[in-house]
Amino acid sequence: MRSGLQTYGRLFVAGYRRQATYRLAMVAGLCTNVVFGFIRAAILFAAIDSAGGTLAGYTAGSISAYVWLSQGLIGAIQLNGLAEIGDRVRTGDVAIDFTRPLDIQTWHLAEDLGRAAYTFLPRGLPSVLVGALTFGLVMPTTVLPYALGLISIAIGVAISFYCRYAVNICGFWLLDTRGVRTLYMVASTFLAGLYVPVALFPSWLHTLAYATPFPSILQTPVDVISGKTVGLEAVALVAMQLGWLAATCLLGRALTNAGRRKLVVQGG
Amino acid sequence: MLASRIRAQRAYRGSFALDFLGSLLVGLTEFAEVWVVFHNVDVLGGLDFHAILLLFGLSNLAFSLADMVVGHVDTLPTYVRAGTLDAFYLRPQPVLAQLMTSELQLRRLARTGVAVVSLVAGLAYNDISWGLDTVLLLVVAIGCGAAIFAGLFVCAASLQFFLINGAEFTNAFTYGGSYAASQPTSIFPGPLKLVFGYLVPVAFTAYLPTLAILDLPGPAGLPGWLAWCTPLAALWVWAVALTMWRWGTRHYQGGGG
Amino acid sequence: MSGPIIDISDLTRTFTVRRKASTGRRRTTIAAVDQMTFAVQPGKAVGYIGANAEGKSTTIKMLCGILVPTSGSVRTCGLEPVRQRRDLARRIGVVFGQRSQLWWDLPLRESFALLASIHQLDPTRASARTSELVDLLEMADTLDTPVRQLSLGQRMRAEIAAALLHSPELLILDEPTIGLDVLAKARLREFLIQERARHGTTLLLTTHDMGDVERLCDRILVVDRGRLAYDGTLPGLARTVGARRVLVVDLAAPCAALTGVPNTTHLSSAADGLRQHLAFDAERTTAAQVLAGIATEAEVRDLYIEEPDIEDVVRRIYQAQR
Repeated sequence: MRSGLQTYGRLFVAGYRRQATYRLAMVAGLCTNVVFGFIRAAILFAAIDSAGGTLAGYTAGSISAYVWLSQGLIGAIQLNGLAEIGDRVRTGDVAIDFTRPLDIQTWHLAEDLGRAAYTFLPRGLPSVLVGALTFGLVMPTTVLPYALGLISIAIGVAISFYCRYAVNICGFWLLDTRGVRTLYMVASTFLAGLYVPVALFPSWLHTLAYATPFPSILQTPVDVISGKTVGLEAVALVAMQLGWLAATCLLGRALTNAGRRKLVVQGG
Repeated sequence: MLASRIRAQRAYRGSFALDFLGSLLVGLTEFAEVWVVFHNVDVLGGLDFHAILLLFGLSNLAFSLADMVVGHVDTLPTYVRAGTLDAFYLRPQPVLAQLMTSELQLRRLARTGVAVVSLVAGLAYNDISWGLDTVLLLVVAIGCGAAIFAGLFVCAASLQFFLINGAEFTNAFTYGGSYAASQPTSIFPGPLKLVFGYLVPVAFTAYLPTLAILDLPGPAGLPGWLAWCTPLAALWVWAVALTMWRWGTRHYQGGGG
Repeated sequence: MSGPIIDISDLTRTFTVRRKASTGRRRTTIAAVDQMTFAVQPGKAVGYIGANAEGKSTTIKMLCGILVPTSGSVRTCGLEPVRQRRDLARRIGVVFGQRSQLWWDLPLRESFALLASIHQLDPTRASARTSELVDLLEMADTLDTPVRQLSLGQRMRAEIAAALLHSPELLILDEPTIGLDVLAKARLREFLIQERARHGTTLLLTTHDMGDVERLCDRILVVDRGRLAYDGTLPGLARTVGARRVLVVDLAAPCAALTGVPNTTHLSSAADGLRQHLAFDAERTTAAQVLAGIATEAEVRDLYIEEPDIEDVVRRIYQAQR
């Protein structure tokens, strides 16, 4: 078992190093993060201003933190619905994956976590720094939010992977997953709180959002690490994340098993 | 050439429907963002919800028109990488014109639809003193607004001649520009106001026309009457675009075996 | 291990194909593999040939546990492929000609290191084995190149090394020489022969290339429309089918049809006898002897040999079966 973990550890490193070969894309991504960050921050600042200083528990400082943290995490969580497994199913390369003595879902998870880890330095931190220098933001002064926040981020990234895995594994049934992926991208981005914080949603939309795993991908980690939710409330949110982690993992596994039975092989 | 493209698109009926739905959802979600904000506040950047409807409608209509016609220019990097761009050079039409007409993206009509609905609602709900000048302003705004976005697309495409995987760099400015255009420019802090007002002049596509149509004064540096100068903004963008395009093609033909 | 390393019995796999015929949509079921039965003993080398849409890859996928059979049974290395996939994966090595199992953007040595870890190989043995394979396949100078930058020949060698890293009992190769030039093919074949001699690895090879089969296999299975059309040796196949090699000669000067060369059949002459096609039975004579026979009658400027084509062989077999 221990050597199994070691293998996944090496796959994590492989994922990290693969992402490292796309340095230019990181810089480009950072550019996009910053431009959109400026616009979102401006919008929400204006909203807070109109509301007289606080809005749904946010102040100018904390909403700036929310904007810049969420922009910084975009690279890691990758809500656009793309996953390597999707390409592999489409081209039939997934056949190779089945000849390895590894659990396919876990193996791809390990590599994806490595990929996400790489994005922190060139995209994640700089985004937050730019935000701090331009709009100014308010972050916690104690250690606990950061510690819990990092755990929350890791879980969020994993949930995002499991969701994308499930969406892409539909390639076993659909010849073209583009439609499903677009739908996923739209729903996930909006409900994860990337456009506006979920706290601002009208109550029915708020309920709808929390009936999906998406807020657990982005909103929760951002809220925890920015100190917007603290103490027991934060722990409860992380517990909810764990619940979604299990659910999305199991969904992916069920779909993989079903897909194996139904495997319509592309390319003989 | 165009007619055959339209027919080709319709042939893939199944995936077209899904594509269309996807585009529609994207358009609705962008609107939903504005709507959620206004669920919490009554005024944003000096404009109320009805005014924002007009703003959103104008900017999105201009953008989606530009996107439909010129949007395919963003496939330039694909052609360059595959080495198939040369085929365009062998034909007697200007390369830019060929790229533009190479695929009419019908599915983007979905976003146009959302934009039109928003625009009509905005025009209906607001207290507008209708006159010939209002109509003229609308036409100028939409037309030149589309031209401004189209020019931005061409600028972005030109950069692809220089950057290897440059698509994402330029997306920041084209899609970022569109995002900024759908907001009242008054919300931006000073430097950004100048950027979106004069450098990448997306304020001219919707915010300034909105101010002018609704007879509202603008913030310092962006008065409402500037809306009549939208054609100048469009000219500025296209001047830059064509220059960059020429640099780009010269670079492509000069270098790279 | 006792018993066959591959044991297939009445194996069937069907696919439903949706086709838009002119009269509207129609769903037909085609059998890619149709009640196939054969067994392979450990240490043997079997060639598995057939014309294109023959479901060769399908059989392999069922052997590896990638595809679930529609009916029938399959056991590989004594295990049930689908149910015991992960155990089986440690004992077989698979190379799919057009699919890569390496990590595309990382240097080649990383792929080997990762695979060693995945198969939980002892580090010292893993590095010894990697060195051995790298040496034999002459890949030392490509180890630090990202896999996506390797040429096809280099990549195929790397794939085979990757498949052999964990010293599997059974090596399955699906179209391994496709797209390679003559020299690369020859070297790859030599390597496989030596590897088998050293480690006793069983080899199952699907290919379009008769040269592969001739050089590497002692038994041939011919598949036609999902069914086994022939199971025996290569000489037996040639005999059954009457397949012939053709020597094409370009002569120095126009010449009458060379009908008198022993053990050959004159097929055609072109350009006034400058180019002539002579067919000969590989069982009864060799290309060298035919050439010698021609040389007594005319001066040969250039020559090449046409091998019997797989489709041709398969077609003849099918006809012979009727």
